[in-house]
Amino acid sequence: MIRIEPREMPSKWWTIGIPIISAFIAILLAAIPLSLADANILEAYRQMANGIFGSTFAFTEMLTRATPLIFTGLAATIAFRAKLWNIGAEGQLYLGAMAAVAVGTGLIDAPAFILIPIILLAGALSGAIGMAAPTYLKTRFGADEVVTTLLLNFIVIIFLQMMLEGPLKDPMGMGWPQSEPIVDNGVLPQLLPRMRMHAGLIIALLTAGLVHLFLSKSIWGFKIRAVGENPSAALHAGINVKRTFMGAAVVSGAIAGLAGVSEVAGLRGYLTTDLSPGFGYTGIVVAMLAGLSPIGVVISAIFIASIFVGADTMSRAIGVSSYLADLVVALSLICVLIGGFIARYKFIRTNKGNV
Amino acid sequence: MDILQILLTESFWAATLRIATPLIFGVLGALICEKSGVLNLGIEGIFVAGAMAGWMTVWFGFSLWTGLLVAIIVGGFFGLIHAILTVPLGLSQHVSGLGVTMLATSVSYFTYRTALPKVSSPPKIEPFQPLDVPFLSELPFVGPILSQQTAMTWLAILMVGLVWWIFNRTPLGLSIRAVGDNPNAVDAQGLSVYGIRIGSIIVGSSIMALGGAFLTMSAFDSFFFGMVNGRGWICIALVIFASWRPGKALLGAILFGAFDAFQVRLQTEVGAFLPSQVFLMAPYVLSIIALVIVARRAEYPRALLKPWFKGAR
Amino acid sequence: MMKSIRVLSLENISKRFGSVVANNSVNIDLYQGEVLALLGENGAGKTTLMNMLFGHYIPDSGSIEILGNKGQMEPLILGHPQASLDAGIGMVHQHFTLAENLSVLDNILLGSEKIWAWRHNRSNARDKISKIMNRTGLSAPLDEEVGKLTVGERQRVEILKALYQEVKILVLDEPTAVLTPQEADTLFENVSAMTKDGLSVIFISHKLREVLSFSNRIAVLRHGKKVGEIPTSEANERVIARMMVGEDTIENPRKKMKIGSPVLQLNGVSSKGDSTRTSLKRTNLTIHKHEIVGVAGVSGNGQSMLAKLISGLAEPDSGELLIDGKNIKYFSPQEMQSLGVGRIPEDRHHDGVIGAMSVAENLIIERLHDEDVNNKGFLQNKNIRKNAKTLIEKYDIRGPGIDANAALLSGGNIQKLILARVFECMPNVILANQPTRGLDLGAANEVARRLLEARTRGAGILLISEDLDEILELSDRIMVIHDGSLTEAINVSREAIGLMMAGEKA
Repeated sequence: MIRIEPREMPSKWWTIGIPIISAFIAILLAAIPLSLADANILEAYRQMANGIFGSTFAFTEMLTRATPLIFTGLAATIAFRAKLWNIGAEGQLYLGAMAAVAVGTGLIDAPAFILIPIILLAGALSGAIGMAAPTYLKTRFGADEVVTTLLLNFIVIIFLQMMLEGPLKDPMGMGWPQSEPIVDNGVLPQLLPRMRMHAGLIIALLTAGLVHLFLSKSIWGFKIRAVGENPSAALHAGINVKRTFMGAAVVSGAIAGLAGVSEVAGLRGYLTTDLSPGFGYTGIVVAMLAGLSPIGVVISAIFIASIFVGADTMSRAIGVSSYLADLVVALSLICVLIGGFIARYKFIRTNKGNV
Repeated sequence: MDILQILLTESFWAATLRIATPLIFGVLGALICEKSGVLNLGIEGIFVAGAMAGWMTVWFGFSLWTGLLVAIIVGGFFGLIHAILTVPLGLSQHVSGLGVTMLATSVSYFTYRTALPKVSSPPKIEPFQPLDVPFLSELPFVGPILSQQTAMTWLAILMVGLVWWIFNRTPLGLSIRAVGDNPNAVDAQGLSVYGIRIGSIIVGSSIMALGGAFLTMSAFDSFFFGMVNGRGWICIALVIFASWRPGKALLGAILFGAFDAFQVRLQTEVGAFLPSQVFLMAPYVLSIIALVIVARRAEYPRALLKPWFKGAR
Repeated sequence: MMKSIRVLSLENISKRFGSVVANNSVNIDLYQGEVLALLGENGAGKTTLMNMLFGHYIPDSGSIEILGNKGQMEPLILGHPQASLDAGIGMVHQHFTLAENLSVLDNILLGSEKIWAWRHNRSNARDKISKIMNRTGLSAPLDEEVGKLTVGERQRVEILKALYQEVKILVLDEPTAVLTPQEADTLFENVSAMTKDGLSVIFISHKLREVLSFSNRIAVLRHGKKVGEIPTSEANERVIARMMVGEDTIENPRKKMKIGSPVLQLNGVSSKGDSTRTSLKRTNLTIHKHEIVGVAGVSGNGQSMLAKLISGLAEPDSGELLIDGKNIKYFSPQEMQSLGVGRIPEDRHHDGVIGAMSVAENLIIERLHDEDVNNKGFLQNKNIRKNAKTLIEKYDIRGPGIDANAALLSGGNIQKLILARVFECMPNVILANQPTRGLDLGAANEVARRLLEARTRGAGILLISEDLDEILELSDRIMVIHDGSLTEAINVSREAIGLMMAGEKA
C-alpha cells in the first residue's frame, strides 16, 4: 500500500522541472489521438516543429500568437494568486478591444505618442471594470465569482455583436459586422518589416516585468499573496481583504483588457466577433503551467503559442484537425496539476497490515 | 398578444419543458457532486462530450438508447478524471474542473472533426420523437404540452424523484449528505470517504452528460460547435439557487426555461424596439441575478472545496 | 470487582510523521470493566496512539490484539475504522465527528446500515437508541439537527453513536475539555455505570486532577514513550506530574499588583451572532492596567463573539466599547491594532498564521505600514529578515529557519511566533483566546510567563479559556460567560464557577 506524506520543502528543481516535464508529456500524449486519426505521427511532429522553427516568419508568428497569451496569462496569475477565480478574461479582452475601437477609430485626433497611450488606457479601464463588477458582487453579496465571470463572458460577446451591428459598425464594411479600422496613429507599430509581430509584445513583456516586481516585492503584492493563501488570517492581521480583492480584480481585468487592445490595435486593425479564439481561457492554462509566476508566464505563453501555431501548420500539411492543439493544451494543464502534486508530496511504500 | 396570453399557450409551456430538460440533468448532476463536497466545473465540457458521444453513436447506426448509454459512460469517464484529481490527490477543484472542461471539449471537437469531414450543412440523425403517454396526454391543457415531450424529458423528471429518494430515504444518500458536511464523521463510522466522493462525482457526471445528449438527440438532431453555449455554467448557478435540493432544482430549471421561452416570444412582439441581442443576453443576466439574490443565505455543503486526506488529523 | 480478563493489548507500537516520533514502542494492556487513563501533556502521543487503535493511522511497527468472540486474543486489522468498529472499539473524538446538517438520529444511523439498502429502517433504530438512553441516562433530542445542539449535547450524541454500535471498548479523547465541572462529573458517573455492564474504557487526558478522580489505572506517556503505569489508588498528583513532565513543574507566581486605569471597557454591548447561541447580551466588562481578567465558560456561549468584537472583526449592535477611554466607532482589525490591542487568536492555524508564507513574513504581517517594513509601498526585505532573526532568538521559535513556511512549525512554535508578533508591539490590551490549547507544558508555561510579564509591564489582559485551572491560576478577576451574558464570579471555587458555567446561581 502506498502512503502519502507532504515533503518538507519542495525543491526548486521540482518547481521548475514539473511544468517542463508536464509540457513534454502532453506533447507526447498527443501521439494517441494522432494515431487514432490515422496520421503519420513522426510527420505530424515534424510539421509542428516546422510551423514554429521552420522560418523567421514562422517564429515571429509564434511570438505574435504568444502576445495575447502573455497578457491573459498575467491576468490569471494575479487573480489566482489572490484565489480570485477570474475566468472572465475572455470577456475582459473583448471589453478592452471595444474600448480601443471606440476611442481609436477617429474619435480623437492626436499624434501616435499620445493616442496609443490613450487607447491602452481606455482598454485597460474597460477590462478593469469587467472584472471589478463581478468582484464587487463577490465582496458585497458573496456571489461566487467563478460563475459570474463565466456568464459575463457570454454577455460581453453578445454585447459585442450588438455593438458591431450598431454603434461600432463600419459603414464601409460591406455589411459585415466589423468595426472601423484603428486610425494610423493608433496602430501599434510593427517590430520587424514584413512580419506581423508588433509592439504589443514589448508591452506584454514590460507588463510581465512590472507584475513580477509588484507581486514579489511590493506591499500590495504581499497582501495579495496573503489573502490568497489564508484570507481569515490576513483579515485577522489587519489586511483589508475586500480592498485587496478589488485591487487584484482591477489589475487582472486591466491586463486582460490590454490583450484585446493588443490584438485589435497591433495585429488585426479592426474588431470582429472572432478576434479571440479563446485567449482568455487559454490564459488560465498559461498561468497554471507557469506556476503562477509572471516570468514563467512569458515562457509558458511561448510554449502554448508554439503548440497552436505548430498544430495549424500540421493541420494544413497532413489534414489532422487543429483541435489537436486544444487537446494538448488541456492535457498539459492536467499534467501540470498532477506534477505539482508529485512535487509537494512523497510516496512511501508500506506493507499492508501490522508492520 | 400580451403576457397573459403568451403564458396560456401550449407552445410556450412545451418550449419551457424542452429548454428546461438539459438544465434538469445538469443541475442534478452538479448537485450530486457538490453534495458530496466536490465542485465539478467540468460540466460544460461534459455537456459537449455527452452531446457528441451520444449523437455519434446513433450516427454510426446504433439505437438512441445505446447512444444515451454511451453518453453516460463518456460522462462518467471524464467524471472519473476529475474525481481522481480532486479526491485522492486533493488538487484545486476549480482548476481541475476547468481542465476537464477543456479536455472534454477538445476531445469531442477533435473526434467529431476527425470522424466526419467538413460539409456545408451538419449531418443529421433521427432524434427522439415526442412520447404519447396514454392517460396523461388526454388531460386538458397539460396533456398536449406533455405529449410534445420526448422520452428524455420524462427521464429527467423521473430522475428528480429518484435522486430525491436516494438522498432522503436511503443509507447511501445519507452518507453522501454526511460526507459533504464532515468527512471525518463518515470516516469514523467505517465508511470510505474517497469511495463515496468518487462515486458521487462519476454518477453526477454521467447525469450531466445526459444533459448534453438531450441537445443533439432530442432538442435538435445534429452536433455543432458551440452548441452548449454556457448551459453548463448556468447549471452551476442554478444549483446554488436550488439550495442543493432535487425538488427545487426541477423548479429552478422550469422557471429558467419559462423565462427563456418567454424572452423568445417577447422578441417577436417587441423585437422592433430592442436589438435581438438584448434578449439573447437575458438567460445569462438572469442567472447572475438569481445567484446574487441567494448568495448571502446560501448554505453551501460545509466541506465543499475542502480536500480531505485519510489520516490527516 | 471484575475478574482481570485482558481485552486489549497494544504491543510495541511505533509511529513517526516525517522526522517527528509520535509513539515509540508503546505497550498498553486494557482489562475488562476498568477505566484506564492515558495521561500525558499535549503532544505526548496519546491521541495518535488511540487513532491507530481506531484505524485512522497505521503504525510503523507493532501490533494490536483484541479479545475476540471466541474468548481468544485476535490480531486487529489496522488502518480501517470499519475493522475497529467490527472488533468492538468505539471512539469519542476530541473534535466531534458529526455531520451538522443531519439530525441526531441520522448521525447515529450513519454507517450502521448496509449502504445499498433501498430504504432506512428508522423505527428500529429509534427503539434501540431509546433503550440505550434509558439504560445509561444519556439523552439527546433525536430529531434535532446536530448543528443546533450545544457542545455538551453533541458529546452525548458521540457517545450514543458508539454505544449504538455495541462497542466493548470505548475510547474517550479529552472528554471534559468542553464540559463544566458538574457535567464532567455526570459523564464519569455514566461511564462508571457502563463499566459495571462490562464496558472497558480508555480515556485520554492531560488533566491530573480528573485522571486521579475518575480512573482505575493510569498510564503515563511522555514524548511518545510510556514512562510509567500505576494503579490510581497508589498515585498522587506529584508522582504522576513527575512522570508526565520528567521534572518538577515550574510555577509561575502571580504577584499581587495594583490595578491602573481601565484599558478596555464594554458597556451594555449586545451583538447578534449567526445563531442566538453565539450572541452577546448587554455585556459589561472592564479591564484595567496590570490586570488579567479570565473569562471561564463552555465553548459556544458567546466567547467567539466577544473575541470578534475586541479583534475588530464584528461590530456591536448596541452599547459601546472603549479602549483607553476612547469610544470605538469604526471596527476593523487594523483599527484595533493601531489602538494597541494585541490579539492571540483561538485557532492559530486558521486565523493566526499564513501557513504558506515564511516565518519572517508572518512576523511582520501586522506591521505592513510600519516605516521599517514598508518603504514607499515596497517591502524592506533586509529589515524584515533582521527582525525575524532577532525575534526567533528572543522568543525561542524553533523550526527550519526564518525562510521556512510557517506551516512546518509545531503548534507550540507557531504560538510563540504569534506571541512574538503580539508582544513586541507592547500592546496596552491583550486578548488571549485559548492561548495554551494543544500546547505541551513547556510551551504553555512560556505563554503564561509572557502574559504575566505583560501584566507587570502594565497591560490589561482578557484571558478566554476552557481550562478552568488555567483561569484560576492566572486571573486576578474571573468572569463567567453563559448564554451570552457575562457575570463576575465572587466565589472563586471550582464548584461555584462550574455552576455558573452551566447557568446556575452559585
